[in-house]
Amino acid sequence: MSKSSARQSENGHKASDTVRVGESVSTVHTDPAAIDEMAVAASRESTAFEPDGSVAGFRPGRTLPVRVELVRQLRRRRTQLLLGFLVLLPFILWGAFEFGADTSGRRSGGFVDLATASAPNFVVFVLFAAGSFLLPMIVALFFGDTIASEASWSSLKYLLAMPVPRQRLLRQKAIASGLLSVFALALLPAVALLVGVVFYGSGEAVSPTGDAIAFSDSLVAMLFAVVYISVNLLWVAGLAVFLSVSTDAPLGAVGGTVLVAILSQILDQITALGGLRDYLPTHFGFAWSDLIATDIDWANMTRGAFSAITYAAIFGLLAARRFRTKDITS
Amino acid sequence: MRDGPLTRWEHSQQRSHTVVDVPRIPRLRTRQTLTALLVVAVGSAGLVWLNTGDDPPPVSTRDAFVDLLSGPARDEPVKIDTTLYLPERTPAPAVLVAHGFGGSKESVESDARELAQRGFVALAWSARGFGRSAGRISLNSPDYEVADAAGLVDWLAKQPEVVQDGPNDPKVGVTGGSYGGALSLLLAGTDKRVDALAPLITYNDLGQALLPNSAGSQAPGASPAANAFGADGVFKRSWAGIFFAAGMGAAGLANPTTDATEPGTRENANTGAVAGAAPAGVPGGGRPAETADPCGRFTEAVCRAYAQVATTGRADQQTVELLRSVSPVSVTDKITQPTMLVQGEQDTLFGLDQSDATARQISAAGAPVKVVWYTGGHDGGRPGPELRGQIADWFDFHLRGQGEDPGTGFEYAVRGALRAQGSPSVRTVTAAAYPGLTGGQATERRPVAVTGDEQTVVNPPGGNPASISGMPGLGAVISGSSQLAGRVAIDLPGQSARFVSAPMTGQLLIAGATTATLRVSTVGGAPAPDGVVLFAKLYDLGPDGVRTLPGSAVSAFRVTGLPADGSPAEITVSLPGIVRPIEADHRIELVVSTTDQSYATPAQPATYRVSVAPGTSLSVPVVPGTRSSSAPPAGPLIGIAVVLGLCALAAVWGFVRRRRADDVDPDLADVPMVIENLSKSYPGGLKAVDSLSFRVERGQVLGLLGPNGAGKTTTLRMLMGLIQPTEGHIRVFGHRIHSGAPVLSRIGSFVEGAGFLPHLSGRANLELYWAATGRPLERAHFTEALEIAGLGAAVDRKVRTYSQGMRQRLAIAQAMLGFPDLMVLDEPTNGLDPPQIHQMRDVLRRYASTGRTVVVSSHLLAEVEQTCDSVVVMHRGKLVASGAVEDIVAGGGEATFRVDDPETAAEALRGVTGVHGVTIEGDLVHANLDGTPRSTALTVLVRAGVAVEQAGPRRRLEDAFLQLVGEEAAP
Repeated sequence: MSKSSARQSENGHKASDTVRVGESVSTVHTDPAAIDEMAVAASRESTAFEPDGSVAGFRPGRTLPVRVELVRQLRRRRTQLLLGFLVLLPFILWGAFEFGADTSGRRSGGFVDLATASAPNFVVFVLFAAGSFLLPMIVALFFGDTIASEASWSSLKYLLAMPVPRQRLLRQKAIASGLLSVFALALLPAVALLVGVVFYGSGEAVSPTGDAIAFSDSLVAMLFAVVYISVNLLWVAGLAVFLSVSTDAPLGAVGGTVLVAILSQILDQITALGGLRDYLPTHFGFAWSDLIATDIDWANMTRGAFSAITYAAIFGLLAARRFRTKDITS
Repeated sequence: MRDGPLTRWEHSQQRSHTVVDVPRIPRLRTRQTLTALLVVAVGSAGLVWLNTGDDPPPVSTRDAFVDLLSGPARDEPVKIDTTLYLPERTPAPAVLVAHGFGGSKESVESDARELAQRGFVALAWSARGFGRSAGRISLNSPDYEVADAAGLVDWLAKQPEVVQDGPNDPKVGVTGGSYGGALSLLLAGTDKRVDALAPLITYNDLGQALLPNSAGSQAPGASPAANAFGADGVFKRSWAGIFFAAGMGAAGLANPTTDATEPGTRENANTGAVAGAAPAGVPGGGRPAETADPCGRFTEAVCRAYAQVATTGRADQQTVELLRSVSPVSVTDKITQPTMLVQGEQDTLFGLDQSDATARQISAAGAPVKVVWYTGGHDGGRPGPELRGQIADWFDFHLRGQGEDPGTGFEYAVRGALRAQGSPSVRTVTAAAYPGLTGGQATERRPVAVTGDEQTVVNPPGGNPASISGMPGLGAVISGSSQLAGRVAIDLPGQSARFVSAPMTGQLLIAGATTATLRVSTVGGAPAPDGVVLFAKLYDLGPDGVRTLPGSAVSAFRVTGLPADGSPAEITVSLPGIVRPIEADHRIELVVSTTDQSYATPAQPATYRVSVAPGTSLSVPVVPGTRSSSAPPAGPLIGIAVVLGLCALAAVWGFVRRRRADDVDPDLADVPMVIENLSKSYPGGLKAVDSLSFRVERGQVLGLLGPNGAGKTTTLRMLMGLIQPTEGHIRVFGHRIHSGAPVLSRIGSFVEGAGFLPHLSGRANLELYWAATGRPLERAHFTEALEIAGLGAAVDRKVRTYSQGMRQRLAIAQAMLGFPDLMVLDEPTNGLDPPQIHQMRDVLRRYASTGRTVVVSSHLLAEVEQTCDSVVVMHRGKLVASGAVEDIVAGGGEATFRVDDPETAAEALRGVTGVHGVTIEGDLVHANLDGTPRSTALTVLVRAGVAVEQAGPRRRLEDAFLQLVGEEAAP
């Protein structure tokens, strides 16, 4: 009958009320003594307040600490599954190579050989394999879901009424999503490195162009690669946040962002676009592979960082502007 | 003006500010999306247009037959077919573009046109004996082809479009591939008017190219690809045949037609097929054999020499002298012009050793030399667009003084041994100088030990069957396919000796010609009259046993004068010049065989013993690249700084905006809530709240009553700062409400449904909620709040398992956390069963009794009536009534009776003194009893024989309310 009940059932509340109510009579009730206790405690509790009108002990700058937001996100099943998957992925790829080696027979000089040449190469391969879709999706998931899922749970309004100032809410959520993203982006190569060292040994990193760098240097290169990928995916973060504050459907925000990433990659395949492709946000997505070289060319990485930061700034500011004035109705 | 762009813009601006609630999704979104798409489409169309705007500059051409005088006495006339390519702007420096063997001026058309587009006057011509030019081929003889070219320089000196250095001295460069490359060197060596040259994939000594002997008594030169260039070489019969045939008119295989792979280009599976198709056509303008003359258009001398070599497999002195006289080696000591030597790494005809020798000789003569090794060659394709651009840059700088100094460095392309699909597989290594040149450092060489016992190899009678190293002329077809490159090599057992290194511990990038010291001895008596002919190859041996012969290259060598007693001779062999990264775990394999399909080998059967000289290792050349300390480009860096700066500005601006003075009315500091003239309208004209004003006092339980859609929830949302009022304002304890107003912390709220994280338990939800407020834990009063919720053990279950009632109770407990001074509950009893509703009323009243304030919204009159002490009735966003509940509910002494016979009842009531205002409404009779007790009136009715079902105070509010709801039901 009321809007609220309709919303509740939308949120995946499947239990039938008629059944539950019967059960709840026995389990859910308020002890009359509790009401007395409440009244006593309430009358004892001070009602002091600050000059700015807030209740004593409240500071807008202390609301929604990153730690709390991280706990809120880390206790979600999807976060745990995603991180678990990232741990599993290198093992799956290793298994695929092991399994595939029996059937292909001759494999020298091929794709597989590059990946299984050494631990750093395995990491590079994993990053290549994950770079076009998985990594943007991870970032899109963490950033796109962050506000929209609160809206879909209806908990966003309680955060704002707490009150967490809107820009602070956006910032804290972005920081938490950023930390989770960076952790995920670092976790994948870290596990891949471990798998690589165990199964392929700590050899040199060999680039597709035949350049080779020592294992110790390759560790630094991989660290920089993760840093670059994190910076380069900022545009995904920006767009995802923008979509996240624009819709109440987490799937819309995440899916929309991934869709744009895919579109950009498809356009990037069209060589006829020439120099226009430089403006595509994914164009420099793999510039980190320049790091696997004795003579590192920073040009593309710098351009990629500039492109990503610019897109991220545009989308981020749009998101902040929209969220500042948006009417929260869910 | 209504539809003017500005109005429309303002309109859309307004909309975007008030995008709210349900009507938000349709229409607006599509409109914004369409606008965005339009902007993107127009923008990209503009960019595409701009991009396609820069067409290459126009080039005009002029064909002419030029009559020249050549020959030793410059008295033999010849007609040379020429085409002059004129750039947009003249006069300009000229570049002679010479074609390869078997080609004509048409085969260099694209190169000449490219140079003209770069602003040079390009002159292409068909060399004598080719195309429509007259004369006979004398293989770049100084008296003929070279004299012809000098004649063309004279001719250029007369063209007004060409910049002149002086009288009869045009500003001119010369370039060309293969046969044309050799002509470039020969012309530069004999004609000082040439100002710069860029010979491509050409020979230093044609004798060594066609009859190589890579064996010497000691290690050759200090340059990376140096070859011993010993005398009395082994005849490279397959290439020589192809060459001779090209001179006969069968053009095609002699010159590469496809572009070689360059850094950044993608390995295309189709290039192999394209390359395969090309030789079938006649790109070089080959001419049909016109006579039965076995010499074709060759001169007698050349024809004789070829016949001599091809039939005997050895070159006589006359032939050696002829070949030397037509080779650049005869003039390299006179070349002083800046020279850019481009050589291919896939070239079994003119290998890297040829340009290596040229570089050394020219450098010794004092000319600046730049050396480039690219991935192509006679087996791998012509220079790609990037390299052609580099060549044009070379002329730009040296003929015009434009552009950056290309310097005298050394660049070589490395084709990766491993390929990732679709990623660039070629990179360029740059060194400051070509090692081993005059005054420069010698090449760094690394020893690589190979092991293997002394092995016996047999030369089969007739040299057949023979090992295969490559397919001359077809190399490009093969190298186009990464799967085949270097894998076609076959070594026959019994004919080859193998020596293998230990697996590499790290990558070894071979750049040049490795040298090996071998011991060779004869078995079974006298050595062959032709000497011992052997072939040395260097394989890359993968850990899985796959052998790759880089560049399909093989070094042929002849050892003469071996002692008949079988005692060994020690020789140093230069292996083919290659560029190959030998990856970690790969091995190097040295193979020495007695036969090779591409070479003429002795027909007499023989047996030799071959071993690597004890105590010697392979000496592998490496040329480390200089670290071009390429700092990141400044443009993007500045861009990043600007963007970050703008973001910081935006943040500061936002901060300043938020710091705007808090709007406080000190007089209202003790009033929990004052609403003044509050309105909220949605786009489309719907007014959810319309000029609403009321006030809540401390300690009150205020009911906000109205049917669904009356604007109650909208009002409460505005109270929480979730949506912005269109007009008016709300003050809580004197502070004006806006989003994030600190005073909101004194409000506990439950508006339109609970909002919990479904994956957490009820307790965890409340704890995290409180943690998010950042307030001290001890002020939360979890225990009390949870007891009010009364969820029992369910409090530790995940919220997604809760019933709606349970969520509702948990949400109320959450609103109660910290005992806020003002608690706002929207439809708190929804989903609760009657006993729970009863308890809830008790809770709210007791809560208010602590001096705090409670605002409850409801669409149920009874609810408000029983819970609240004052009420605000809303309908369609407007205030209908407000006041104390008892005032509104039980208006005065009026009563209502539900009876079976209203007429009789009314009559009876009218008869009672004091009773007035009797009205009938269905089966209800209303009357103002005015002090008369209800029981008295009841008695009167019963006496009148009226059956009374119900009697009570008249509920005016309910009347009004039902009326409102009725209107809702029937609009």
